[in-house]
Amino acid sequence: MSISQAHGGHYYLPKPSPYPALMSTALLLLGAGGALAVNGYVLPAGWLAGAGGLLVVYVLSGWVGDVIRENRRGVYGEKEGVSFRWGMGWFIASEVIFFSSLFGVLFYERNIAVPWLASLNSHYSPWAGFKAVWPTSGPAGAAFTPEHAWGIPALNTLILLSSGVTVTWGLQQITKGHRRAATWAVGATILLGGVFLALQCREFYLAYTELHLTLGSGVYGATFFILTGFHGLHVTIGMIMLSVIFGRCLKGHFGPDNHFGFEAVSWYWHFVDVVWLMLFIFVYWL
Amino acid sequence: MSTVDIDAMEEQHHPRGITRWLYTTNHKDIGILYIAFGFLMFIVGGILAMLIRAELMEPGMKVMGPELYNQIISVHGLVMVFAALMPVSAGMVNYLIPMMIGAPDMALPRLNNFSFWLLPPAAILLVLPWLLEFFGIGNGTLDTGWTMYAPLSVQSGPGMDFAIFAVLLLFLSSTLASINILVTVLNLRAPGMTWDKIPIFVWSWVNTAVLLIVVFPALAGAAIMLLLDRHFGTHFFSAAGGGDPLLWVHMFWFFGHPEVYILLLPTAGILVHILSTFARKPVYGYKAQVYSFAAITMISVIVWAHHMYTSGLPTAANIYFMFSTMAISIPVGILFICWFGTIWKGSMTFETPMLFALGYIVLFGIGGLTGLILSDAAADQQYHGAYFVIAHFHYTLIGGPVMGVLAASYYYLPKLTGRMYDETLGKWHFWLTMIGFNVTFFPQFLLGIDGMPRRIADYAVKFAPLNMASSIGAFVLGAAQLIFLYNVYRTLVGAGKPATGRVWDGAQGLEFTLPSPPPYHTFEVPPTV
Amino acid sequence: MRAKIRLQIVLAGTAMGAFVTNTVRAKAFYNFPTPVTPVAEDTLFIHDLFLAIITVLFIIALGVLLYSVVRHRRSRNPEPATFTGPRTRRQWMWSAVPVLVMIVIDYIVLGIPSVEAIMTLSNKGHDRLVVVATASQWKWHYAYPRYGIGFNSVLSTPRDEIYGNAPKDKHFLLEVNHPLVLPTGEKVGIVLKSTDVIHGFWVPAFGIKQDVIPGYLRKTWVKIDRPGTYRGQCSELCGVGHSFMPIVVVAKTPAAFHEWVVAEQAREAGARAAATQTWSRQRLMTRGKVVFDRNCAVCHQASGLGIPGTFPPIATGHPFSASKALLDKLSARGFYKDGRIVEGPLSNHIDIVLHGIPGTPMPAFGKQLNASDIASVITYERNAFGNRTGQVVQPSRIVAARRAKAN
Repeated sequence: MSISQAHGGHYYLPKPSPYPALMSTALLLLGAGGALAVNGYVLPAGWLAGAGGLLVVYVLSGWVGDVIRENRRGVYGEKEGVSFRWGMGWFIASEVIFFSSLFGVLFYERNIAVPWLASLNSHYSPWAGFKAVWPTSGPAGAAFTPEHAWGIPALNTLILLSSGVTVTWGLQQITKGHRRAATWAVGATILLGGVFLALQCREFYLAYTELHLTLGSGVYGATFFILTGFHGLHVTIGMIMLSVIFGRCLKGHFGPDNHFGFEAVSWYWHFVDVVWLMLFIFVYWL
Repeated sequence: MSTVDIDAMEEQHHPRGITRWLYTTNHKDIGILYIAFGFLMFIVGGILAMLIRAELMEPGMKVMGPELYNQIISVHGLVMVFAALMPVSAGMVNYLIPMMIGAPDMALPRLNNFSFWLLPPAAILLVLPWLLEFFGIGNGTLDTGWTMYAPLSVQSGPGMDFAIFAVLLLFLSSTLASINILVTVLNLRAPGMTWDKIPIFVWSWVNTAVLLIVVFPALAGAAIMLLLDRHFGTHFFSAAGGGDPLLWVHMFWFFGHPEVYILLLPTAGILVHILSTFARKPVYGYKAQVYSFAAITMISVIVWAHHMYTSGLPTAANIYFMFSTMAISIPVGILFICWFGTIWKGSMTFETPMLFALGYIVLFGIGGLTGLILSDAAADQQYHGAYFVIAHFHYTLIGGPVMGVLAASYYYLPKLTGRMYDETLGKWHFWLTMIGFNVTFFPQFLLGIDGMPRRIADYAVKFAPLNMASSIGAFVLGAAQLIFLYNVYRTLVGAGKPATGRVWDGAQGLEFTLPSPPPYHTFEVPPTV
Repeated sequence: MRAKIRLQIVLAGTAMGAFVTNTVRAKAFYNFPTPVTPVAEDTLFIHDLFLAIITVLFIIALGVLLYSVVRHRRSRNPEPATFTGPRTRRQWMWSAVPVLVMIVIDYIVLGIPSVEAIMTLSNKGHDRLVVVATASQWKWHYAYPRYGIGFNSVLSTPRDEIYGNAPKDKHFLLEVNHPLVLPTGEKVGIVLKSTDVIHGFWVPAFGIKQDVIPGYLRKTWVKIDRPGTYRGQCSELCGVGHSFMPIVVVAKTPAAFHEWVVAEQAREAGARAAATQTWSRQRLMTRGKVVFDRNCAVCHQASGLGIPGTFPPIATGHPFSASKALLDKLSARGFYKDGRIVEGPLSNHIDIVLHGIPGTPMPAFGKQLNASDIASVITYERNAFGNRTGQVVQPSRIVAARRAKAN
């Protein structure tokens, strides 16, 4: 194995940093605040979670800023780049598995739990007469109207897929050195992501107000909201990452050989895309 | 280029005092933090265990009420698994892997520090409810056992929510640490350190890290669903809405069974190094062990429902899970053969690490063989949820990982501190641990066979004599660990003979080419293997 | 069946198998209770077989280890060998044989009898009698749909024995007020239900353990060989009272069983008739104390003071601190803000006892106790522990409340 490094074979080791410990303090505050909030202690929870949230913002800007500054100083060589690529790859792998387990939940509830409940001996079953159909809110659930695939969801699919195209095109432009075009592409991606999120919010609103489809609508409601909700959360995170990239594009940080930040975010965006496709197929369509 | 040199100079003067540990990006510092935190939590979990045995010493409620008893068993389980064993094991990997593969540090040092500092908040969240109870908030911490089965955990008090957030922090910590380890091994091996040369311990952690990334998300997802079921009206685990309490059990054990191997594999890796050192003989069956690790990793994710034989799964599922579980005995059997092969015809001496390594083989052997019995879906009708299971998993988890951690501690203590520990005290520690352990847990096999259910705060009079024996054994076992703490303390304050770089005359590996203790930064220029 | 299994083991042709069948006869000191059902016989057989095999394996492995420790120490073998894996054919054999032995043990010696036992366990044949066992925190309710009878079965060990104020009985914690009675020699199906959390139905002498999943049904079966009393316990952690919900089964010959059924039917008819009578305050209070101690004291404590944070007090004047979520649930059902139910209107009190509070351990006693018992216990709660409402609830009021809810 040969090592071609810019710095006399030194792998860059960052200086001691306060951010990791601060970040975990922030998460402790958020965790304690969350646990208190769900039990009704809203006021102390608000203070804790508020402080935690501010600290998260402070740490993220400082930590990400440090990484960007180090990058600008040119301390990252080829070897460091490989670490970042592997790191991002494994991170996305763990996210894939997280979503797989949520899809596993959908499979279990739909294909195992509901038919099992419907097949209980009616002499003794607490739910005699319950039929295994999907969507369902379960034997004791309230009535609701299920989601329909070929309205907003189909439109959203189109929007998110186009945003995948724009981000890929932007990455191609950056490798060719066309910074201006790349900046436009990232801007367009953010815009499409924003439209997607807005439509998704509207859909949740309609679900609650018109379809009577809520978190409490049995296993259909629960799996629908946890899957789409977590996807929405990931889109939001992706948007924040894209905004950082947009800022860095404006400042001209990226070049043909130096754009891993951009690339990593585009990987993440594609992952969010693919999850949505799965959602569209298994949650809305089938 | 000049900036880099300034950085390098700065790092020679690392910060002192508390900020050194809070802000550190050095793998040795972080490794020591992990290990110190892990041992601290061993003490916490150990005190809880002593309280459990004090309550169970005689029939009748004596020391505490059943409410507190249920909370203590839950926290004992979670602390021992997540806050004691996993951190110590992660500390060993942090300290050792860069030295073993000739890397300057872990690949992502700041992330490494973050992974560690997520653990204290998780531990705080677990015990905070006890403090809040004093202020009239809630009714103590979680009381559902570490398995947190729904719907008991849906019904449980606010302590459960704190535990859920603790699990999420642990999930984040483990995932980031695993990513870091994989990236380091994939990217930072020294020239010539090819995949067929990396030490067995590194291989064991590669498998462990992959397992963590694959299985922990299931528990994190389940914990979030539990939170939603508790407070936001969803019905994931409630039949009224079409859900199923068994879904929690499935998701928990999809994580929980591999978790056993997550605890086991790293110590199975370090064990071989110790056996080889003190037998003065190379490792036997390197490839066989690597493939066995891989086989264990793969099989472990398809056997989880052997924890659910009595939950009423279809007959075909029970038969499948029985046969797939039995398959684990084959790679594990191969590991045993390799351990025997490593010491066979060697030239053994029996320093404390070797004693603990041999104790590991014996005790883990009993744990493994009783595990073979437990794989049986029919006979499990008697074992499930009984003390037989308690005895079995303490033989595997103390006999395996804890003995392995103690062996590794004695083995690497001279390397870390530059001082030899006291051999006589070490031998006392070993023999008292062996005796105390067996007196504690062997009677529990018999109790299980006799029909004592686990997790009961009070028991029938026929179980009294063996419980008394078990409690006495537990106190011996607990007291014996004080010897270990004293022995470690001695070396830390500089008593004991100075250790050489090699430490043990049979020791192999890059870490033993360095002085003891090793310099703050090692292998900034990769060595050539 | 035994002979069949043994034949297959011999066919498997392992020396181990032959050795084990002989060892199995010798009864270990600590062992499962004498089996009284086909399933228990199977599990005992497998247990003995397994235990013999792993003992032999352990002794062989320990022998090899000790031999090596003695012979291959530095003082006796100063020159270590250098091999790193099997080289010669003989060494390969030594490495491969244990693995092959393991496979044979797993899939043939143990696999075949295990699969047979699993099939026995899942017997779907006709049941001569079906009993519905309903678990709730922390008691069992047994119903015999065919005979129209049913009753609660709760721990009868006095609290003084548990807390060390009285000597412990021989059946400490393994005794109930009303055991499950089953006939011998007949296949009895046991349908298992739970009203709250997961419980486990375990009677070691029957060799069965079945988790009970709330909202679902589970089923197991027994065919008891001989009359006797068989004791077991709940086997899944189900909360604070997990240690205190034993299962006691009394097996009677079919003739004696039918006598018992007739007597039980008469007793229940008497109780129904009593519900139409007007009870004296004294009678309600006496009965109420018995019912309270059996059904309520495990949570609300015999003192009526409850447990802070979890179980609200019945006694007035003791503020109840708990999470806001729990307090909200309670006040939604008519508790005053300190959880003092007894100060509230009687109708709320009756409603809570009859229908429980979903999401908390408070069960719907309407399905578990008869009207007289519920009337007694509410009267008792409103007039004991320093509560002086003076209100008396007649069984007829409970019957009316039930009917109103049903409509």
